[in-house]
Amino acid sequence: MQAALLIDFGSTYTKVTVVDLEKEEIVGTAKAGTTVETNIMDGLNNALNQIPEPSGGWNFVRKLACSSAAGGLKLIASGLVKELTAEAARRAALGAGAKIMDVFSYELSAQDLERITRSKPDIILLAGGTDGGNKEILLKNAEHLAALPISLPVVVAGNKVAAPQAAEILRQKHSPVVVADNVMPELNVLSVDSARLAIRDVFLNNIIQAKGLDKAEEFIERVLMPTPAAVLSAAELLADGYDDERGLGELLIIDVGGATTDVHSIAKGDPTKPGVMLKGLPEPYAKRTVEGDLGMRYSAEALVEAAGRRLKDYLGWSAEEVHTQVEHCLKEPWWVPKTPKEEEFDTALGRLAVEIAVNRHVGIIEVVYTPFGASYIQTGKDLTELPVVIGTGGVLLHHNNPEEILKGSLFNSIEPATLKPKNPALYLDKEYILAAMGLLKEVSPLAALRIMKKHVLKIGG
Amino acid sequence: MEQKTLVLGVIGADVHAVGNRILVYAFTQAGFKVVNIGVLASQEEFIRAAIETGADAILVSSLYGHGEMDCRGLREKCQESGIGDILLYAGGNLVVGKQDFTSVEARFKAMGYNRVYPPGTMPEVAVEHLRQDLGISK
Repeated sequence: MQAALLIDFGSTYTKVTVVDLEKEEIVGTAKAGTTVETNIMDGLNNALNQIPEPSGGWNFVRKLACSSAAGGLKLIASGLVKELTAEAARRAALGAGAKIMDVFSYELSAQDLERITRSKPDIILLAGGTDGGNKEILLKNAEHLAALPISLPVVVAGNKVAAPQAAEILRQKHSPVVVADNVMPELNVLSVDSARLAIRDVFLNNIIQAKGLDKAEEFIERVLMPTPAAVLSAAELLADGYDDERGLGELLIIDVGGATTDVHSIAKGDPTKPGVMLKGLPEPYAKRTVEGDLGMRYSAEALVEAAGRRLKDYLGWSAEEVHTQVEHCLKEPWWVPKTPKEEEFDTALGRLAVEIAVNRHVGIIEVVYTPFGASYIQTGKDLTELPVVIGTGGVLLHHNNPEEILKGSLFNSIEPATLKPKNPALYLDKEYILAAMGLLKEVSPLAALRIMKKHVLKIGG
Repeated sequence: MEQKTLVLGVIGADVHAVGNRILVYAFTQAGFKVVNIGVLASQEEFIRAAIETGADAILVSSLYGHGEMDCRGLREKCQESGIGDILLYAGGNLVVGKQDFTSVEARFKAMGYNRVYPPGTMPEVAVEHLRQDLGISK
């Protein structure tokens, strides 16, 4: 059997997926605790040992990995105007699978620089100015960054005229310093691919070693990308198809975790009704958002706060009852609900995490009354006609009622301006293979697509 | 000489898109880099665009008669945002009714606009003024 070993070094678990490349089938999946402090290989072997080895031993022709271990790819971005280049930089970073710690705008202040030093990101993304636009900010911020007491990898993706000079300044202190295309070459034009690739390259060449992942590289071929980038890549394949093999069409993937909820959409999001005007930054076709305050365990408290009244309305519980359960979530992040009451609470948390995360991900439509009658303005993606919503992530997969949780992603007539899917088919990534398939896509896209179509299954009616 | 950048847009709840397109064409032909933020533009959008693109002038159109209301305060916001000296032009059907244009012009100049244009002004006039105000020799 020609097999591929696909590994996801997660922050808590190392997950392995073994694929039979000829039959295009999954041989097995398993997970074990990530062991980044000691030797990352221990966790990998513990996981792999759970999958029964064939009589002739494993014949792994490909061994690929992605990682979000040791804090993932921590990034701080900086731009000029908050809503423009700073936002463009944020989107580029999210698309690269980074964990965004801060986004600064305008000239970096002493406090901003202090925060960079304190939080020691893995990479800094420096943007600012459209091409032909503002040059001063990029140079000024490069000077400020060059005065930092620590050395960090920096990607410069700002005004193309000022970028080489800014890189020159940065090199006095930082290494490596990479120049990518401007994330906003023209006003309101987003160009994030080059910056995404640059971030990924820096991740591969510099950060893996710093995180103790290089020990694994003696055994595997390469750590290819951060885990969220692998999921986004798999999502694109599953949506668009490959060659003659059709995909599922435009889709939304929701990953509810203990600390965050990630939402990926592969969709154009153009207005579905005539006469609607688009406003704001254009949205990337493959868009990822991460909600750091919407998690089921570590972020349970913030989630309850964000949910506010909705949680009470959904559960009908008193504030004390909710409080007791939240305490529980924080004290024992590994806790799995046992009593019906606990299950009820878990369902409510998941449902609201999905609801709020998708609300923030999708676009909104507003009515503007002009002297010539009503006009409609859309900001963000219109996903009302989206055909497919997929759930993934530990919380959803081990839950007894994932459908109820996923339904939080649906359009709600109480909030008609929020452009969520109205009537999609709901799917579940039952064996948690999306990240692995994002890796397999690098060597065998057709097999990755076919396996996803076999194993990502429709749920509910 | 370096190309000068203009931010162009239709302010307020105004959806007149045709004149806006014509102006983009006219100013581009005259050699300017035009950053068009289109219709339904707020004051903040003009300012953000001007900062990010390092613009030399902001050109505000208003065709629906509420111009005086929509344009007031833009200069002050520019000052607050660090681009207080930027050129501000306004034109279109700035006010309702048949008002005496000299009084309209005086009001807009008091609001901090450098140039104010009555209905029916051809783009060439503004192009000429831009060249003068920005010190561009033909």
